[in-house]
Amino acid sequence: MKNTALSDTHIKLNAKMVPFAGYNMPVQYEGINAEHETVRKAVGVFDVSHMGEFILKGADALDLIQRVVSNDASKLVDGKVQYACLPNEQGGIVDDLLVYRIDEKTYMLVVNASNIEKDWNWISKFNTKNVEMHNISDKTSLLAVQGPLAAKALQSLTSIDLAAMEYYTFQKGVFAGIENVVVSATGYTGAGGFEIYCDNEHALQIWNAVFKAGAEFGIKPIGLGARDTLRLEMGFCLYGNDINDTTSPIAAGLGWITKFTKAFTNDKNLLQQKENGVPQKLVGFEMLERGIPRHDYKIVDANGTEIGIVTSGTQSPSLQKAIGMGYVNTAYTKEGSEIFIAIRDQKIKATVVKFPFYKS
Amino acid sequence: MNFPTELKYTKDHEWIRIEGDIATVGITEFAQRELGDIVYVDINTIGKTIAKEEVFGTVEAVKTVSDLFMPITAEVLEFNKALDTNPELVNSDPYGEGWMVKIAIKDAAELSALLNADAYQSIIGA
Repeated sequence: MKNTALSDTHIKLNAKMVPFAGYNMPVQYEGINAEHETVRKAVGVFDVSHMGEFILKGADALDLIQRVVSNDASKLVDGKVQYACLPNEQGGIVDDLLVYRIDEKTYMLVVNASNIEKDWNWISKFNTKNVEMHNISDKTSLLAVQGPLAAKALQSLTSIDLAAMEYYTFQKGVFAGIENVVVSATGYTGAGGFEIYCDNEHALQIWNAVFKAGAEFGIKPIGLGARDTLRLEMGFCLYGNDINDTTSPIAAGLGWITKFTKAFTNDKNLLQQKENGVPQKLVGFEMLERGIPRHDYKIVDANGTEIGIVTSGTQSPSLQKAIGMGYVNTAYTKEGSEIFIAIRDQKIKATVVKFPFYKS
Repeated sequence: MNFPTELKYTKDHEWIRIEGDIATVGITEFAQRELGDIVYVDINTIGKTIAKEEVFGTVEAVKTVSDLFMPITAEVLEFNKALDTNPELVNSDPYGEGWMVKIAIKDAAELSALLNADAYQSIIGA
């Protein structure tokens, strides 16, 4: 199992460590509910150094990216970030990712830890024009500083005007005395904040500086457990749960990042899906009766007939009710549709709601 | 971690407090720590007799769901209603206000197979 540059730091903070995507990662420190609230109301720091980063460089870098991703990366300008997925040829999704345009010929792709090798091989397969590809995952650390107080908590560490940064933009600059740190106004929590990419050898110095600067704002370390509840309250897909090699981006509600303005993997089939519809779609739902939905529970109608499957579920710490996401037959995708979740030997009533579950 | 010596334990991380023919059952401090924030305790076996090591309910933490196993063959008499509104009592006071069910013991002979605090602690390596 791999450690991040900060695994020892988490252990010293009494984190509960779990293996995740081959890394020894903190799942919680003081408790998921308390950590969740810290991010919603103040500011918290996640070590997400397990995430993968690839640099693609060269005159044909954009062409390669356009060929493999669903979104239209030609719309990017320097300093802009775009969410996209890598469709496969069978109608599913290889991974979801962020595309950073560093300059006209240089891009950074940020991919899920569990898919680093799969994505690398997938993209390499289409690299017929010798775009320079560098997998910098193992030497790159990533801290997500998330929450409404994130800009204030970090501002003393950099001359970049954090509060002025627009969502899904980034800047490279000096941060906590370290040069060439990428500060990105992105995140996976819906709470606002920044993601900070640095070399492993600087990770501890930056971590310590962030905690020192953030102390007066109540900054705390946050584990992957709260990362999951936070993203779920926003209705953000988690690869491996809500999307995978067999789920369609159109069915998953990722039509907004699937642009038919250019050619890419499986675009013809996906366009057909967009125009003709798909048999099931990913929806959010709230439980109306007591019970907590979990990945792979069946979704049934009033008669107990199977109409779908739960992909994610939890007790929402912010809303204090049980929420979930899952694929259901299109007849049940409208807001307010009555569905039931098969929990153990019972069917428990739920209602389809719009994303996000949590509105700030 | 705290493992009161007056209680008996199971390898499935339940504790049992025996008071004559009646007993109270909950989960251990180790179990609640492993589960994390508990958000729901679901007991749908009230009035039923459940065999030793069979499931009498489930406990849901934010991230996970875990079955609850009967330490001995018994009838489930009562559920701790306080857990309906405050399931986190299982975290804050696992041996006290976080108790889960009261049961009627069916076969006192089974009691001898339960673990004492020392034996339980050696199982979990505490």
